[in-house]
Amino acid sequence: MAIGTSTDPIQGAAVPWRRVRPQREIADRMLKALCTVFTGLGVLVLGWILAMLIWEGVSALSPDIFTRTMPGPGSEGGGLANAIVGSVILTVLGIAVATPIGVLAGTYLAEYGRASKLASVIRFINDVLLSAPSILIGLFVYTIMVQPLGGYSGWAGGVALAIISLPVIVRTTEDMLRLVPTSLREAAAAMGAPQAHVITGISWRAARAGIITGILLAVARIAGETAPLLFTALNNSFWFSPSLLGGVSNLPVTIFQFALSPYANWQQLAWAGALIITAAILGLSLFARYLLKRGSR
Amino acid sequence: MTAWTESVAPDRSMQRSRSSSLATFDRTFRIASYACALFVLLVLFGIVAAMVYGGWPVFREFGFAGFLASSTWDVNNDQYGAWPAIAGTLTSAAIALVIGVPISLGIAIFLTQLSPGWLKQPVSTAVELLAAVPSIIYGMWGLFVLAPLVARYVQTPLNEVVEGLPVVGTVLYSRVPSGTGIATAGVILAVMIIPFIASIARDILDQIPTVLRESAYGMGCTTWEVVRYVLFPQAGVSIIGAIMLGLGRALGETMAVTFVVGNANRLSGSIFDPGSTIASRIANEFNEALGLQMNALLALGCVLFFVTFSVLILARLLVARVEVH
Repeated sequence: MAIGTSTDPIQGAAVPWRRVRPQREIADRMLKALCTVFTGLGVLVLGWILAMLIWEGVSALSPDIFTRTMPGPGSEGGGLANAIVGSVILTVLGIAVATPIGVLAGTYLAEYGRASKLASVIRFINDVLLSAPSILIGLFVYTIMVQPLGGYSGWAGGVALAIISLPVIVRTTEDMLRLVPTSLREAAAAMGAPQAHVITGISWRAARAGIITGILLAVARIAGETAPLLFTALNNSFWFSPSLLGGVSNLPVTIFQFALSPYANWQQLAWAGALIITAAILGLSLFARYLLKRGSR
Repeated sequence: MTAWTESVAPDRSMQRSRSSSLATFDRTFRIASYACALFVLLVLFGIVAAMVYGGWPVFREFGFAGFLASSTWDVNNDQYGAWPAIAGTLTSAAIALVIGVPISLGIAIFLTQLSPGWLKQPVSTAVELLAAVPSIIYGMWGLFVLAPLVARYVQTPLNEVVEGLPVVGTVLYSRVPSGTGIATAGVILAVMIIPFIASIARDILDQIPTVLRESAYGMGCTTWEVVRYVLFPQAGVSIIGAIMLGLGRALGETMAVTFVVGNANRLSGSIFDPGSTIASRIANEFNEALGLQMNALLALGCVLFFVTFSVLILARLLVARVEVH
């Protein structure tokens, strides 16, 4: 290794004992300073974004936000009630579709497939999908649902969010099931339990907290997604139809449209919406993290 | 658990029906989980098929290379070329990497080597929260906070310096110092990929056996020498994988970029001029697109798909290789 050259014994002898050659010390100090500054910068940006949201958002918060619907162009007042309800519905829909599929797929990878070729391919594809651009998912759902059905709908939005949350749930479910000791499964199998019962009765039960954490993380992931909703659920300034057909109002797209609008009260509402959505997502991530840590102890 | 121990069951017919329902459940459950796992594959193939099918008319009309290389995007005359959007995507992602990679690696080194114990957890959490912030919030931060700062403290002074100079006078000169443009998009993307690269790089550095590090320190190495000659050679390939994961995210990021990129259809020689990326072009035009324009946007999506997925696949292969060691 190259270390030998940098601690040349002859040169080292020239400097007093316990002191490091100046170049080495400078390089070391610079690395430490840079790394500390960069870390400070990262934390500062988070603080900056949160401060901006609180500064602009808190003054825009009012009970109206939660009780009144979005105002028309140029009209005063109004709130985000329909957008908040719409966002909750779309997120719940997405999670409701993705959870059974994701948990079962994760179960396949951890319990049935394990090291098989098919399982490793699926695992790999799932990891790739985990960081796939969400706008492509929006385009995909547009092509398979919006175009054939002839219109935007909350259902399409839910499916788009489901596809985005699916890889998160698959991954965490598999990881959590792998933490369950094999001896537990063997004990149940030795009592004559069929594999499906071993999984539902033993593995799932042991990994329950972890799987729920994964679902919470998936909620945090999709709650703020905007790009896939642009082409699927679109948006709606009014209360959407209970059948979820036609545009369904939602917070992210509303924030996007209002923030770029020329109206002062729309921009105010965008800030309020941004504060609400970020607080919800960060709170959820912290809660999931706490659950995970408590579970691992 | 006692339900399945078949010791005391006097009625044999009941026992048989019970065991056959057990078998049915066992089989159904296995098939259901198998089908769900295959569904993951199906999603990927569905995305490929949708993009290729949707973009096909455009590739047929202009030719694959012709579509990629042409710089005209003229909705009125139905002429579509992807090059300005591709160039914008690549440039902004490159700027993001140039700014983001040193900072992410710095954070990873700080967290694994330098940080006092009590600081490690809070800083890690902060970095991970940064990854959880929705991209639209980054967009607002970019548009309302960063862009005015860039216009005032970067573009205006820089214009005075570089005006009239060859090459830099083109690349760094902004005709309208508005703060929005490819460079600002690159900065926002850098902020967005930092938490990703930093947390993966931290995990990779954490996996390197402590003995290696301790023996290097024991020889009298400084922290810099440990990082340079021990940690990075050990982690090398997977650090590149982590960077490529960040690149994959930067290439496909939509909302934050749409806020600050300026959304111009022309190709400009300057990184400070407004431009567009593939994702921002799709986000801006798709809802009003008709006919061939929609196919052109799907064709852009197709290009984005193949670029990001090749990057992500390569990244996963590189990251995975070290986990095996």
